[in-house]
Amino acid sequence: MCLGIPGEIVELLPDRADLATVEVAGVRRAISVGLLDGPVRPGDWVLVHVGFAMSRIDESEAAATLALLNGLGPAYADELQALAESDIT
Amino acid sequence: MTTERTAGWAERAVREAGGPAGTATREEEVLLRIERARGRRARVREERITLAHGAGGSASHTLVEAVFVDAFRNPILEPLGDGAVLEVGGGRLAFSTDSFVVFPLFFPGGDIGDLAVNGTVNDLAVCGARPLYLSAGFILEEGFPVADLRRIAGSMAAAAARAGVHVVTGDTKVVERGKADGCYVTTAGVGVLERETELTPSAIRPGDAVIVSGPIGEHGVTIMISRGELDIEADLASDTAPLNGVVAALLDAVPGVRVLRDATRGGVATVLNELARAARLGIVLEESAVPVRSVVNGACELLGIDPLYVACEGRFVAVVDGEQAGRALEALRGHPLGAEAAVVGRVRAEAPGLVLLDTAFGGTRIVDMLVGDPLPRIC
Amino acid sequence: MRFVDEYRDARTARALAARIAELCEPGRRYTFMEVCGGHTHTIYKHGVEDHLPPNVNLVHGPGCPVCVIPMGRVDDAIAIAREPDVIMTSFGDMMRVPGGEGSFLDAKAAGADIRMVYSPLDALRIARQNPGRRVVFMAIGFETTAPSTAMTVLRAAAEGLANFSVFCNHVMIIPAIKAILDSPDLRLDGFIGPGHVSTVIGCRPYAFIAEEHGKPLVCCGFEPLDVLQSIHMLLRQLAEGRAEVENQYTRVVPWEGNGRALEAIGKVMELRPYFEWRGLGFISHSALRLRDAYAAHDAERIFQVPGVRVADPKACQCGEVLKGVLKPWECKVFGTACTPETPIGTCMVSSEGACAAYYNFGRFTRSRAKEATTA
Repeated sequence: MCLGIPGEIVELLPDRADLATVEVAGVRRAISVGLLDGPVRPGDWVLVHVGFAMSRIDESEAAATLALLNGLGPAYADELQALAESDIT
Repeated sequence: MTTERTAGWAERAVREAGGPAGTATREEEVLLRIERARGRRARVREERITLAHGAGGSASHTLVEAVFVDAFRNPILEPLGDGAVLEVGGGRLAFSTDSFVVFPLFFPGGDIGDLAVNGTVNDLAVCGARPLYLSAGFILEEGFPVADLRRIAGSMAAAAARAGVHVVTGDTKVVERGKADGCYVTTAGVGVLERETELTPSAIRPGDAVIVSGPIGEHGVTIMISRGELDIEADLASDTAPLNGVVAALLDAVPGVRVLRDATRGGVATVLNELARAARLGIVLEESAVPVRSVVNGACELLGIDPLYVACEGRFVAVVDGEQAGRALEALRGHPLGAEAAVVGRVRAEAPGLVLLDTAFGGTRIVDMLVGDPLPRIC
Repeated sequence: MRFVDEYRDARTARALAARIAELCEPGRRYTFMEVCGGHTHTIYKHGVEDHLPPNVNLVHGPGCPVCVIPMGRVDDAIAIAREPDVIMTSFGDMMRVPGGEGSFLDAKAAGADIRMVYSPLDALRIARQNPGRRVVFMAIGFETTAPSTAMTVLRAAAEGLANFSVFCNHVMIIPAIKAILDSPDLRLDGFIGPGHVSTVIGCRPYAFIAEEHGKPLVCCGFEPLDVLQSIHMLLRQLAEGRAEVENQYTRVVPWEGNGRALEAIGKVMELRPYFEWRGLGFISHSALRLRDAYAAHDAERIFQVPGVRVADPKACQCGEVLKGVLKPWECKVFGTACTPETPIGTCMVSSEGACAAYYNFGRFTRSRAKEATTA
């Protein structure tokens, strides 16, 4: 029920201002964009839940989260490994 | 809200299960208790058939065991393989049947006719047999267009030619409008077993490799999309195909094939659960090794279903001696229908009867028998 | 899949797991509750717990809107579905939820026209295509889903679709969290907070949890790395002696929520004085119903519903599982009388229910799993 999936707007539907076609990994479906503020454009990424776009995906925030995760991640893993491999005795 | 009631069925269910258990102090006690409960004899609790009984999952299995095996009891039936192996006149035959109720009848990649021929051919092939002859029974609804019937028959002829089999007998019945949905087809087939090897779950050993012949879930998702109810579009076609050629290629190259199953209703997960239970061994799958097309993944994520449970109609699962896995892959990949074959898991002695999945994330979880029916009438 | 696959990376997970272990005080036990059923599902599906040190314990919360539907309401919906001209439409997860005398699936087998839909807009389309039938949408969900139902009702009203109505069972997350906080049996150190509900209500409504109860809450995304990162953020707060509301799911959740969505809810729906939650009892101002202005699309007013309360079976311990007081395997009927095939309680039926998640994904001894994390 919490199921929300990120999808890319690929087409606005001409006869209905509140509908757009969203694509998720090659699967396309018409959804409502009526809950979003401001104009919606092809190329925008949105969170889709039961046929409605609930929120825009903020690409810079997504990148920031990933950077944080990766910062906490592999770089640290490399450090741990280096520590394990070093031997000062 | 005024008066209050109790749910009688629930009280009964608890009584029949032997009452509420004593408090468990350890998780292991509970897990043991559950395995005992699961091992008990199958009983159908419902009074009426529900769609879950047709899904190929746990309800289907319970129905088959509690109603049909119970009625027909005999040693040839009981292994409940994809086909029956018969000793006739000094030789061995495989015999199988399948019914097709797919909706819609025509879909990208094929139609009910293709499924009807390929389905039975494949059941025979995975028994290790060379499929030879098919029967075809039709139940037609009054008002069904003859042009559509010709189209279906044409597909069946083409599919039979491709598989190298002949439709040699059949039957047709017509029922009043509303008493069937267009056209239902049942095929039965015989094939000859020319190899000595017995393909059976009891041949499975710890260390064996689990192989799938190609990307999973394409048929089920194609049908779901073709129904039009979910308003989804995608570039996808059913994977329906006759597998006897690629199976023969595998059996010719690899003596250590333990068992084969085609992954139809209930998908790869269901097949593996059946094998794990029958062999009383554990199976561990590697999530990142399972081939799935991204569009199938996308549709499944969108709808909240797991591709491991989605039906295929042109893919099979092979369990082979671990040391021969490389040879098996080579043999499969040399055939167009096995080009994307992959080792997806291993058999082990631990956790017998359970299928576990090592997730791409680095965790582990169970892949259990399918419950309910995410996609009715897909084949 | 973009914005999904990146958040499932195992290497990042292992490193993040090391950072989490580092933040834990030795000998101290940490208990966090994930409120949303969606998080429970993610945790089990990907095996997130395999990356956690043994002294971090996750407890499953009541944020599963299917799980909290009382049997009496299922009976009411089935009563509507049994009307000969009715087409009942519902999300897939409702199909097997047991009522006093069976589920939607059983009612369908007995002849009721009950159809699965992915969106309330699909139900609206069915109404348009079947002018001679009355189409009812079984509306369930927290504030995540309520705006979609509201928008659909507005659309139905605008099009004058008189044959479309909604049987409204929308519930609200804050009263559920309050019920947890008020429960004397539970000792929690913090919350893995709702993700998609927060896209609608924003992060402010959770302030009282930090300010009045002194517990940190982190609004969390639904990919497994999101969950690990949120746990890291919770542990960091505890280590620094803070109790705040933080947002981990910044790529989707706006701090202020979605104004349009809240407006849609406010326009079409109002608070019920009280509503029964399975396992949690009657909670005041915790659920929504359609306003008088939309009575023409309110199934509760159009149809006669029995409105009979069905008591939970004596052996059912869903309430304690929903509150996180009991682990699924500690319930006395777990796995024996109550299984996913034969569910007694809703925790076992919904794909997001704690019991279903544990039974379907987690039900095995963990000795092997411990091997995996050290590999």
